[in-house]
Amino acid sequence: MTNIKILGTGCQKCKTLTGLVQEVVLENNINATIEKVEDIQEIMKYNVLSTPALVINDRVSIKGRIPSKEELLALFN
Amino acid sequence: MFDWIQNIADWFVYSVLHLTRDQHLAQALNFFIYDTIKILILLFVVIFFMGIVNSYFPIDKVKNYLSRNKLYGLEYLMASLFGVVTPFCSCSSVPLFIGFVRGGIPLGVTFAFLITSPLVNEVAIGLFIGLFGIKTTFIYVISGILLGTISGIILQKLQLESYLSPWVKEILANAQREQDLFKAEQKSFTERLPVIWAEVKNIMKGILPYVILGIAVGGIMHGYIPEGFFEKYMDKDNLFAVPIATILAVPMYSNASGILPVVQVLVAKGIPLGTAIAFMMGVVGLSLPEAMLLKKVMTLKLIAIFFGVVTLCIILSGYLFNLVL
Repeated sequence: MTNIKILGTGCQKCKTLTGLVQEVVLENNINATIEKVEDIQEIMKYNVLSTPALVINDRVSIKGRIPSKEELLALFN
Repeated sequence: MFDWIQNIADWFVYSVLHLTRDQHLAQALNFFIYDTIKILILLFVVIFFMGIVNSYFPIDKVKNYLSRNKLYGLEYLMASLFGVVTPFCSCSSVPLFIGFVRGGIPLGVTFAFLITSPLVNEVAIGLFIGLFGIKTTFIYVISGILLGTISGIILQKLQLESYLSPWVKEILANAQREQDLFKAEQKSFTERLPVIWAEVKNIMKGILPYVILGIAVGGIMHGYIPEGFFEKYMDKDNLFAVPIATILAVPMYSNASGILPVVQVLVAKGIPLGTAIAFMMGVVGLSLPEAMLLKKVMTLKLIAIFFGVVTLCIILSGYLFNLVL
């Protein structure tokens, strides 16, 4: 099972990314947990400088931008 | 260089719509079409160029550079310069601030970056070139960089570490300068292009309605306000104009893309450029919602000092512009 975290303090871009991740996971029947991390101290444990950031199985995969659905799908597989 | 756009605007207004040149409506419409096309092209070029620079020069690299190197006083200027080429979304200011503190970068240097980055951003530069020309853009960019540098030095001198939030103070106590060189992703230009392109599209889409609205309002004003209208109210000798313009600007949140086209018309109708630049710096560089985000890492008092110092520097540079320009 894939563990997906979206790091972001609640700005518009973070919401967009969360929505996108949910869509991709649903559309492709990916077995994954999606968690949104909004606490700044929690976010800083991942050492990111820009949000939103995407963490897959505890590895930071994307920071500071919103990827395309295709890119997300490739990352989840 | 932009004659062909003027031809398009002329053709549409006078040939397609059959308006005559002495009508207010025709003038306003012509101005609107010309400005919209020109500014969108310039914005696209600048945003795309900055996207390329940013792809090769991500924020992590900036932090690593500032954290690793002893720069003997030049670090404020460097941080300010990096701020120009590294735009960041205001919602990232908190993680960025913490990351810088953790990397042992002095508070004043972090502030220098935080001031210049929004102040001299790609959208503002694109709009400035389109609305005011290269020379004024150059002055704006240089003064933005200096303003970030000087404000950063002042803020460092004030020794504000005790006004940070307790958990940030703890990070500060454990701060460590990075030793290793940041290794950027090895990617070819063609691999980078889709990501850059997506960003350009995102930014353009986000600002498009505001740019068009701003130019439309500007166009209407341009057609109806007589030349030199503001000169009698706001001349260079009016000492209060600059501070009032700056303070008015601070609460105007971020929509530089909508406000700058209107300011351009005000300048054309007689508001001194220095006063206008001070106003625009306030609009672009200081936003209250962003300041409130910083409450997670610093006390209100520190936010107030931060904004106070920057506002003061903007006011001073407004006076300076009015003297020089």
